Amino acid sequence: MGKRKIKVLSAISLGIILSISCSKLLPQLPTDDSILDGPVDGLSPEQNRIFLRGDFAFNDEVFTSSNGLGPTFVATSCGSCHAGDGKGHPFTTLTRFGQSDTLGNQFLHLGGPQLQSRALPGYKPEVLPAGATFSRFTPPANTGLGLLEAVPDATLIALSDVNDADGDGISGRPNWITLPSYTIIKTGAIHNNGKYIGRFGKKALVYDLLQQTANAYNQDMGINSSYESISTYNNLQVDPEIPNQTILDVVFYLQTLKAPVQRDQQDREVLAGKQLFIQISCSKCHIPQLQTGPSPIAAISNKTIFPYTDLLLHDMGPALDDGYTEGTALTPEWRTPALWGLGLSKNSQGGQVFLMHDGRARSITEAINLHGGEANNSRKLFQQLTESDKNKLIKFLESL
Amino acid sequence: MMKICLSILFIFTSFIVQGQIDPELLRNFSIDTTERKLNMDAVYNRPFIQAGKLPVALGGYVEANYQYLNENGISKGHEFQMRRLTLFVSSTVSKRIKFLTELEFEEGTKEINIEFASVDFEFEPLLNFRGGIVMNPIGAFNQNHDGPKWDFVDRPLAATQMLPATWSNVGFGIFGKKSKHNWTYGYELYLTNGFNESIVSNSMNKTFLPASKSDPDRFGQSVNGMPLFTAKFALRNTKLGEVGISYMSGIYNQFEKDGLVLDKKRAVTAYAIDFNTTIAKTGTFINGEWAWIKIDVPDTYTEQFGRNQTGGFIDIVQPIIRKPLFGFTNSVLNAALRLEYVDWNKGKFVSTGENISDHIYSVVPSLSWRPSTQTVFRLNYRYNWQTDLLGNPPSRMAGFQFGFSTYL
Ligand code: HEC
Ligand code: HEC
Repeated sequence: MGKRKIKVLSAISLGIILSISCSKLLPQLPTDDSILDGPVDGLSPEQNRIFLRGDFAFNDEVFTSSNGLGPTFVATSCGSCHAGDGKGHPFTTLTRFGQSDTLGNQFLHLGGPQLQSRALPGYKPEVLPAGATFSRFTPPANTGLGLLEAVPDATLIALSDVNDADGDGISGRPNWITLPSYTIIKTGAIHNNGKYIGRFGKKALVYDLLQQTANAYNQDMGINSSYESISTYNNLQVDPEIPNQTILDVVFYLQTLKAPVQRDQQDREVLAGKQLFIQISCSKCHIPQLQTGPSPIAAISNKTIFPYTDLLLHDMGPALDDGYTEGTALTPEWRTPALWGLGLSKNSQGGQVFLMHDGRARSITEAINLHGGEANNSRKLFQQLTESDKNKLIKFLESL
Repeated sequence: MMKICLSILFIFTSFIVQGQIDPELLRNFSIDTTERKLNMDAVYNRPFIQAGKLPVALGGYVEANYQYLNENGISKGHEFQMRRLTLFVSSTVSKRIKFLTELEFEEGTKEINIEFASVDFEFEPLLNFRGGIVMNPIGAFNQNHDGPKWDFVDRPLAATQMLPATWSNVGFGIFGKKSKHNWTYGYELYLTNGFNESIVSNSMNKTFLPASKSDPDRFGQSVNGMPLFTAKFALRNTKLGEVGISYMSGIYNQFEKDGLVLDKKRAVTAYAIDFNTTIAKTGTFINGEWAWIKIDVPDTYTEQFGRNQTGGFIDIVQPIIRKPLFGFTNSVLNAALRLEYVDWNKGKFVSTGENISDHIYSVVPSLSWRPSTQTVFRLNYRYNWQTDLLGNPPSRMAGFQFGFSTYL
């Protein structure tokens, strides 16, 4: 073999060796606490398969005119609004309108409650009818929802304090809602004159993840199912455009998405921030720790979770009162959002944050400063904190 | 369709077999395909073999590779891919009437396409007529896409994921070419069937021109009766290299049916510039292309669907060792680098006034070995950063690819 040949051969083999040995050249797996998606621990291989099917339907199934989209809609896939299972961006914020008291939505005949702001070519999107009050809803994160679904009704009743019996200025009450006919009522469910406790959605109008999913297909994308078969376009009953199986897969996916993992849990400032969070009563609504009840899915059954919510409605004062509501909630009432995953919000909101129901708060501090009503005291206590204590509290919230 | 392909395959293999028995029977037009002519000449600038006095000549190429890719830390494992097998048949019907067809099998028989099938009539060098399935001359890659001509395993993203290479349609047009001293110029003008609504209604959830290719009816009918116009002008200097500018425009939606109005007419327009040159002193070959696309997306759609797109690539190929190797007298070893960018959505969010992302960058260093001008082995490392439309932290994909491509 000539010298040249040897050189060439060694150059080639060097190339190959370099390539193979340099696993550094490949992207590293992000740590579990830095991303929101992924299943809870302990799913069986069978459950993993359902999870993956649901994951595909949620993130990758895009609707077009050829598979049922619209004719009027808000977006074309679940994942368009809930990117990476995280919070959404103002561009996918949706508008609800037409109900200003507990007597129900007066604009159902005019397209209420949700504005179908987009349409297929040739069709006209809905416009807000004159005289309708409305609210804008930014998509929330979807993580840990199965765990929240598995918190027993009795826990929520125990947390509620409808008449503020303890006199702390914080009441908290469930939204008693009428269930759709397809609901499978949970064992241990508590009812009140035929109405049940809603726990999903900003106004807690939704009973469980099945209702949320069937509604999202119908209201957000114009995809009808045997669960929700009335078209948002013409209010008529139409053929299902998606199999029940897909809906059930997505429900399972949502049920088994892991809870966000807190970062820097042992950091001194984070720990101090958590103490402040409790001291200034944030924790009276944003309940740090809950216990799930028994669930058919072993991996979420009887677990201790740290969601920072009580899933109850609170009067948040006039500044957050849009004059619009759902179910038996009043217009200034909002369901306490879970704060887990808060620190990762910017990874799905395009590097910035859009907090509160309509994304109006551009930082955590701004979100806290918008708290009124039942949270008035808590907000004032926050505003009285020293700068360094405020920073500790924020640092804690960002670790969630 | 399958039958045609199989019979062609049969004829083809029988020639090969025959060739092995008596190579004297075969006239081999083995030309140096790395020698750069105008991009528009690429369809004929391929090696063909012809058996005896038979009026048809045959050719083709094959591309296969191994890859090990990793997306966000999750490996896709070891993958072996048969990207494509392409067969060409050309015949000289009479002195100035030629026919050429190119059949492509992608990923086995998952996709079988007639990429090109047209008859050329030469009236004079500056005036030729071409009709049949033609390749719309937008950019250079679309016309000049044969695997063995490229030093990278993957086709350029901007050419295949933004522009729809390989993009061919039924239609006809004229082309011509003229040379004087060191200069050659050429033009092409075609009217063909065009795009359809899937460019804004597809499973990619973005404006995506290549989605139109999956319409099985597009070689038989036009969705709206409006032809797609494609034009290209190219200029080449033997010392300086070639530049091409191209334009493609048409109506993509079905705006009426049976005389009833369904929508307004919506246009899709693309502009591209391509260039290639070889630096005489160093032998460095530089080849690049950049394109801009404008799409009239319905106002009733979200910003999810880009109204403007842009992207391109540049390949730099540096021969490092030109010496016979393993008995291959024309062996060349190249180091190459490809830089790519595609922005599927140049625009701003109505709600925030901020820029929409939805883009990808990629860097592909490559080591390619050409034992002869018609065969290439390539070892690539690829790194992509893809950002969703909101501008969230990019999804990273990286990995190694090793493959070959050769003319048959
Ligand atoms: C147009 C954007 C959009 C699309 C598309 C969309 N969502 Fe949502 N999603 C939202 C918004 C906004 C909310 C808050 C709604 C509310 O509070 O009533 C929400 C709420 C939810 C919730 C409740 C979360 C909670 O904490 O209460 C779940 C679960 C959910 N969506 C699942 C889905 C699924 C499954 C799909 C696809 C079938 C989907 N979404 C499609 C915007 C969207
Ligand atoms: C009376 C109950 C209550 C108290 C007390 C309370 N909050 Fe809230 N918090 C809410 C509700 C309800 C919302 C949602 C309001 C909306 O969407 O407009 C909210 C929203 C938030 C948000 C925005 C979450 C998001 O995803 O957009 C943050 C951050 C937050 N609270 C932190 C705090 C902190 C810190 C404190 C203590 C200073 C506190 N809250 C006290 C009920 C409460």
